[in-house]
Amino acid sequence: TACLPMYLFAEFDDAANLLAANPDATTISIDEPAEIPKKQHGRLQEPGREEDDELLGTDDSDKTELLAGQKKSAPFWTFEYYQTFFDVDTYQVLDRIKGSVFPVPGKNFVRLYIRSNPDLYGPFWICATLVFTIAVSGNLSNFFIHLGKPTYHYVPEFRKVSIAATTIYAYAWLVPLALWGFLMWRNSKVMNIVSYSFLEIVCVYGYSLFIYIPTAILWIIPQKVVRWVLMVFSLCLSGSVLVMTFWPAVRDDNRRIALATVGTIVLLHALLSVGCLAYFFDAPELDFPAPFIPPHNVTTVATRNR
Amino acid sequence: FAGLADVSISEDIPVEGEITIPVGSRSPDEDFSTLDEPVRDTIMRDLKAVGKKFVHVMYPKKSSALLRDWDLWGPLVLCVSLALMLQGGSADSKDDGGPQFAEVFVIIWFGAVVITLNSKLLGGTISFFQSLCVLGYCVLPLTVAMLVCRLVLLAGSGTISFIIRLIVVVAMFGWSTLASTAFLADSQPPNRKALVVYPIFLFYFVISWMILTFTPQ
Repeated sequence: TACLPMYLFAEFDDAANLLAANPDATTISIDEPAEIPKKQHGRLQEPGREEDDELLGTDDSDKTELLAGQKKSAPFWTFEYYQTFFDVDTYQVLDRIKGSVFPVPGKNFVRLYIRSNPDLYGPFWICATLVFTIAVSGNLSNFFIHLGKPTYHYVPEFRKVSIAATTIYAYAWLVPLALWGFLMWRNSKVMNIVSYSFLEIVCVYGYSLFIYIPTAILWIIPQKVVRWVLMVFSLCLSGSVLVMTFWPAVRDDNRRIALATVGTIVLLHALLSVGCLAYFFDAPELDFPAPFIPPHNVTTVATRNR
Repeated sequence: FAGLADVSISEDIPVEGEITIPVGSRSPDEDFSTLDEPVRDTIMRDLKAVGKKFVHVMYPKKSSALLRDWDLWGPLVLCVSLALMLQGGSADSKDDGGPQFAEVFVIIWFGAVVITLNSKLLGGTISFFQSLCVLGYCVLPLTVAMLVCRLVLLAGSGTISFIIRLIVVVAMFGWSTLASTAFLADSQPPNRKALVVYPIFLFYFVISWMILTFTPQ
């Protein structure tokens, strides 16, 4: 039985090598010293792996480090597995929202706030709120813009809710999926110090969308300049959260690929906000709420009404 | 097992008797089979249960009747009547009008299911159908608001009618949210109450928005 630990150690090494070829979610904090071996923790943990770790006689600090990454050990068909994604308290959610609205330069959102406890509560409900905020604000803004016109008949435009829902949920889930796949692929070529699990990327994207909720409410103001200033401002805030999160993950890579990745992230984010502004909010026809309309504009106004 | 070899039941000891369940432990509901009662009694019993829950929603006290004997008849009736009353709204050729019947139905039921799942995932102790029952019954104030809005719109659709409708809808929205929070808040872990209440707020806000923006043809 004395050679049992040696046998298990060798087997663990082989297993680790096998896993290295099969990219799985990896969570590593930047602060930890480099001598902790890089463990690949997939979402589906086999019970055998936990026994290996325990039998190796790892001491407490290693064990807590392992356990922190091995949190999600329930099989994925049980309810408890999904409860681990909702293991947040009210103050934690509020802290994360604050961190996304007031990004501290140089601090990584994931490291500072998520710390290997990504939650799905924030992304899901922030997206739901954003969907209804955009739809309701767009409706209100159109109502106020077209208010005085004689041929205008108010419609609730309920179709736009489903369009908003599809767009925002697709953005908040498919873009992180693509980004995660891309980072995993680059990870297999270039050994990065920092890499994120899929849920952490979803978390960052979800919380970074929070700033658009007050922005959408303020977009009711029917002034083009105000709207564009608001959009640029919110894009800078949430874009900086994303950039500061993902720059450490790609900076060890080829310079051009790193810049292209970060540029694509910001571009997609900008496209989302520009698209929402253009589709849900009608353009204000006058740049100042003038009570009179010059006579030659009356016909153009009438033909533009739906 | 050697010691048991010589144990046997001799033939002159009778093995007989009566096995009866003591009468005291039978619940009074099972005294008679409900198959034999008149249909009117069956329907009236269910209707009375639904009516009692309506009263509990309108005057939310800390009673557990809503939670203990859940049923989904009340929510179904409320949902169908609300969806029916939201029909007949303005629908121009681009079909940009109000929500269709199916949309209202889906929003209410899917929304209630999502909120229930959310509260269970956050560690709530309420059961799935109890939560659905409470959320469905608390749509009652908003259904009343819809009825009032339609009556007000019959009288006219100017600014004054809009202000009346706004006040009624906001009051009923507050009532619904407070009623459902009163029933559901106790079953949540204490440091996550706000996380559970917020989706309920959003759910009733969306329903109120649909009611307020209803414009007749």
